[in-house]
Amino acid sequence: MGQVSLESLAVGDTLPVLTTAPVSRTTLALFAGASGDHNPIHIDLDVAREAGMQDVFAQGMLSMAYLARMLTDWVPQSCLREFSNRFTAITWLGERIVCSGQVAEMFERDGERLVRIEVTAANERGELKLAGEALVALP
Amino acid sequence: MIDRQFIGHALSPLTVDVEPGQLRFFAKATGQADPVYHDEASARAAGYRALPAPPTFLFSLDLNQPDPFALYTTLGVDLNRILHGEQRFRYGAQICAGDRITLRTRIADIYDKKGGAMEFIVLETDAVNQLGEDAGSMTRVIVVRN
Repeated sequence: MGQVSLESLAVGDTLPVLTTAPVSRTTLALFAGASGDHNPIHIDLDVAREAGMQDVFAQGMLSMAYLARMLTDWVPQSCLREFSNRFTAITWLGERIVCSGQVAEMFERDGERLVRIEVTAANERGELKLAGEALVALP
Repeated sequence: MIDRQFIGHALSPLTVDVEPGQLRFFAKATGQADPVYHDEASARAAGYRALPAPPTFLFSLDLNQPDPFALYTTLGVDLNRILHGEQRFRYGAQICAGDRITLRTRIADIYDKKGGAMEFIVLETDAVNQLGEDAGSMTRVIVVRN
């Protein structure tokens, strides 16, 4: 970590992929507590069924935190300028989240050299869950 | 339909202390093995003044309100019908354990698609630390399935 430099990068380069353990009820309960998102739809099966869902499902911000882990595994967090994503599909119990990133653009802004990384989180079958981008400043 | 008069409405500011215990719990819950996020000495060695809040943690700081879902009650939205559509962060001064962060949120927009079958609530939050520095901002897009 921390060894990434602009000279070593080109558009199309990929970041090391991060694949998580399968999402379990424990994962969701711990993340509810740790993240402060106590929405019961993610941890209480009765509430999830009342809402018309087949089961509890993962908090979107859990997968976004996994994507953030992929980014800070790659560069120090101090390099991050912006990070955004859309939540495109629900993550179900038992799914592993596969986090990927690819260099999409390199440009200068306000005297900083920036790299735009396109990021995705998907399950192991490649079904997209989150899609977004990060702006990273590199020396 | 949500009353469009809420567009521009500012929520009460929230001031929260960034607690190292919650940062460690967050690291554990997200499988974060990098010691920078749970070991004070490693954080300092990496140049942080204390444990750093990870990139999505501003969202969690905002949930320290007495009732984080009060907004949806005010808007007349059923909590079981909302989904998180989109999330954006812009980074300012690094947020670390021991900081006191003030969050100011406003309802930036409310709009609908598919003839009102889906409504969208856009929330913009600015964060300022105890030194008055810009500590970043975030935008949430909440989808309501009507």
